[in-house]
Amino acid sequence: MSSKTVQQLDRVVIRFAGDSGDGMQLTGDRFTSETAALGNDLSTLPNFPAEIRAPQGTLPGVSSFQLHFADHDVMTPGDAPDVLVAMNPAALKANLADVPRGAVIIANTDEFSSRNLAKVGYAANPLDDGSLDSWHVHPVALTSITVEALAEFDGLTRKEKERAKNMFALGLLSWLYHRPTTGTEAFLTKKFGAQPEILAANLAALKAGWNYGETTEDFAVSYKIAPAPMPRGTYRNITGNVALAYGMVAAAHKAQLPLVLGSYPITPASDILHTLSALKRYNVTTMQAEDEIAGVGIALGAAFGGAIGLTTTSGPGLALKAETIGLAVSLELPLVVVDVQRGGPSTGLPTKTEQSDLLQAMFGRNGESPVAVIAPRSPVDCFDAAFEAVRIATTYRTPVIILSDGYLANGSEPWAVPSTEGLPDLRVSYASEPNAVDDKGKPVFRPFLRDPETLARPWAVPGTPGLEHRIGGIEKADVTGDISYDPDNHEKMTRLRAGKIAGIAKSIAPLEVDDPSGEAEVLVLGWGSTYGPIAAAVRAVRNTGTKVATAHLRHLNPFPANTGEVLRAYKRVIVPEMNTGQLALLLRAAYLVDIQSHTSVRGLPFTTVELADVVVRALEDLS
Amino acid sequence: MTALETVELGLPTTIGTGLAHIPHLASDAPAQTKKDFTSDQEVRWCPGCGDYIILAAVQGFLPELGLRKENIVFVSGIGCSSRFPYYLDTYGLHSIHGRAPAIATGLATSREDLSVWVVTGDGDALSIGGNHLIHALRRNVNMTILLFNNKIYGLTKGQYSPTSEEGKITKSTPMGSVDHPFNPVSLALGAEATFVARTMDNDRKHLVEVLKAAASHRGTALVEIYQNCPIFNDGAFDLIKDRTQQEARLVHLEAGEPVQVGSVEERRTLVRGDNGELFFVPAAEATPDRVIRHDPYAADPSQAFAISRLDGPDMTHVPMGIFRSVDRPTYDDRVRAQVQAATDTAGGPATDDDLDALLRGRDTWNVG
Repeated sequence: MSSKTVQQLDRVVIRFAGDSGDGMQLTGDRFTSETAALGNDLSTLPNFPAEIRAPQGTLPGVSSFQLHFADHDVMTPGDAPDVLVAMNPAALKANLADVPRGAVIIANTDEFSSRNLAKVGYAANPLDDGSLDSWHVHPVALTSITVEALAEFDGLTRKEKERAKNMFALGLLSWLYHRPTTGTEAFLTKKFGAQPEILAANLAALKAGWNYGETTEDFAVSYKIAPAPMPRGTYRNITGNVALAYGMVAAAHKAQLPLVLGSYPITPASDILHTLSALKRYNVTTMQAEDEIAGVGIALGAAFGGAIGLTTTSGPGLALKAETIGLAVSLELPLVVVDVQRGGPSTGLPTKTEQSDLLQAMFGRNGESPVAVIAPRSPVDCFDAAFEAVRIATTYRTPVIILSDGYLANGSEPWAVPSTEGLPDLRVSYASEPNAVDDKGKPVFRPFLRDPETLARPWAVPGTPGLEHRIGGIEKADVTGDISYDPDNHEKMTRLRAGKIAGIAKSIAPLEVDDPSGEAEVLVLGWGSTYGPIAAAVRAVRNTGTKVATAHLRHLNPFPANTGEVLRAYKRVIVPEMNTGQLALLLRAAYLVDIQSHTSVRGLPFTTVELADVVVRALEDLS
Repeated sequence: MTALETVELGLPTTIGTGLAHIPHLASDAPAQTKKDFTSDQEVRWCPGCGDYIILAAVQGFLPELGLRKENIVFVSGIGCSSRFPYYLDTYGLHSIHGRAPAIATGLATSREDLSVWVVTGDGDALSIGGNHLIHALRRNVNMTILLFNNKIYGLTKGQYSPTSEEGKITKSTPMGSVDHPFNPVSLALGAEATFVARTMDNDRKHLVEVLKAAASHRGTALVEIYQNCPIFNDGAFDLIKDRTQQEARLVHLEAGEPVQVGSVEERRTLVRGDNGELFFVPAAEATPDRVIRHDPYAADPSQAFAISRLDGPDMTHVPMGIFRSVDRPTYDDRVRAQVQAATDTAGGPATDDDLDALLRGRDTWNVG
């Protein structure tokens, strides 16, 4: 081991930044995996442009990956990096504003050529002109040292050797923070197994990076972060999109039904399609449809046939699916719709996060067409949200919209892997025999005769003898399901459908408030992915000895039954959202309480500091 | 970017007929009748609508398939024709405008044991739902699509449709339509549909014959049915329904036979010209090596397409019958085969242990 000084830290935030082609996402992923294996708690934030490869060395082409890891539980990917790895001038320029003075910058000096500097508008080299004197800069000739380290690889071109520089950077950072590299070595072996020379070069670059840290005098100190205390269990690292896909597979497994996905590729939801496509062995059928509308149509058709129908999309796709979701409301069939929200309107910010589809999910259909809406609060929670969506969809025969977002989808964190046996049983029964008698006393099937408890209608799947029936988007007569234009019947059916959705509240837990002293006057209420930043901000405020309460909504429609009561118990309710106040609007309308709406639409999650400041100002305001 | 690989799918190619996987009635079961397929709903089309004849033909012909009726599903979109499922005592889904092929794709792919039918119209299938139609056809999903073509929008009360002729004066085209119409058969053949046919509402025998062939086809069968709308486009097909003109205009396609039109005395035969163009000549003048013999089983759809182009707005020559009927692996069979193959490779349906292994992945650590 190193003879250099080792310093103990409790938390670190690292941001890897480079050109889209520099492999920053991969580097970040690998560092995350090493960190997870070491037992730190962590949270990640990938941030990349929508363009696949913007022109090299330009600001639009900068891709970054931020990782926050600690010896305690981590709620967010971190407000500001303690370390910025800048692979070129563009990466430095695009990220410097986020890096606090005094933080570490590791810059790849090889890329700071006058041409590259000019590309991003640097008149002078910031590494030399003193403009970075307030930061702790480590200039490292990452590219040339990598190429030099690979001198003996005759079969590789210079370009191929240069490409291994991200592994050199990873090796250096792994040394700096005492991360084990065995996992990365195994990963590379799998990835490049068919190209032995490329594999050997990447392994050599990784090792060279580690050795560089060990030997060069520029890095005098290395850092250790102890494992975080976590509940007993088997852990893995997982992103929100993968957790959501697994949640759907697990729910279908526990329902003992096939899972059928109809989907059209769209950022940032496509990874769910990719993941499920590889899971056919778990009775998963995936169909890449011709468009968003066909995606949901396929899912609905499969649901009519008795499967768990799933469609996955992002905001623009949800707009296209609206009419079919309305049909599902009318047919009263189970359907799960996943919207991985991104910045809007229109194409908006495809790779950036936002929570601006809440009102679309609630109301984005013609007519009175309520659906259940739920939102996961963290990448790991996407698993549970998927499970809950299937429970609601099959129990109440209704579409359920899951509102994930880009931050949850691509972000990752450690997950205590549940055991399948311990997951709730989701078995449902199809209708198997007539449920009524007609006026002649003959047994008949009434497709809209409801369960008195849930108001759900029977799920009678084709192939069941004696239950042949017709359903459709035209208003149906109560009980019989025949076409009906009767005014009173439409009134009744509209209210029955609404009552069914409202009744879901009976099956969900009350909104739980975290108010340790029971004396707080301010409540911070969140939904979806703001959970982490809110929890971190509340913790920060409490650390100053101040009282503040927090609660988080998983169910957006219906709200938990006690929501109004909770809101009215506090002098001030703050609702932070990554939109312009959509939940605030719903809460005000539903409960006639005032809400302090704090909003941001920057395509990035809230920072802890920002939210803590909002809380502190509210407290000052009240005192 | 590296080029992506393709693999030989190595999956079933010989599937048998379209009905092979559908549960049939037991041989000693009482025979079904038209009544068994008639629902208790009052039929609400306009008096004289061609849909009545098609409905009666379908209700009368379904018992001949010998299928268990609970395994038959009719899916429709929006329009007059899309009310069809309500009147059949099978499973039925009256969906939304244009989307029936997509919904039927999900149903047919997830349920091998169902005979899936789509009922649609010229507006539903070719305008708002055009995308779903061509994709169902190219994929070759096991379903039968009945496209009722009355060349008008009926349910919205008389606007021109994508099959209306140029110059047609309707409520939305007071100066005449400037839209160039689709020929549904040409469109289907262009999408490489494996079964394409045309028939007419008033020729029940032909209608039933074509429907039978379509039902037993494995893959997507598209049947265009000329259908009269007595309210908004009455007489659209009079030229080919009129007994005196019919013979000179209708081209009855018979596999293996020369393509001919006209009465015995005025018989004309379709021939290929020097530049590959097709035209009719008096039968006596047709040299044998130029005569076009209809081959619906040809892998290459070119000749069938050329025959479909004989048709035009003036209905001088209107081919009727089965244009194309070829075998190609179906989408749904292949999708199911991949799920089956993955399951078999893994040693059978997933158990709790298998799911545990998936959730854990390959990179875990233990705490405590």
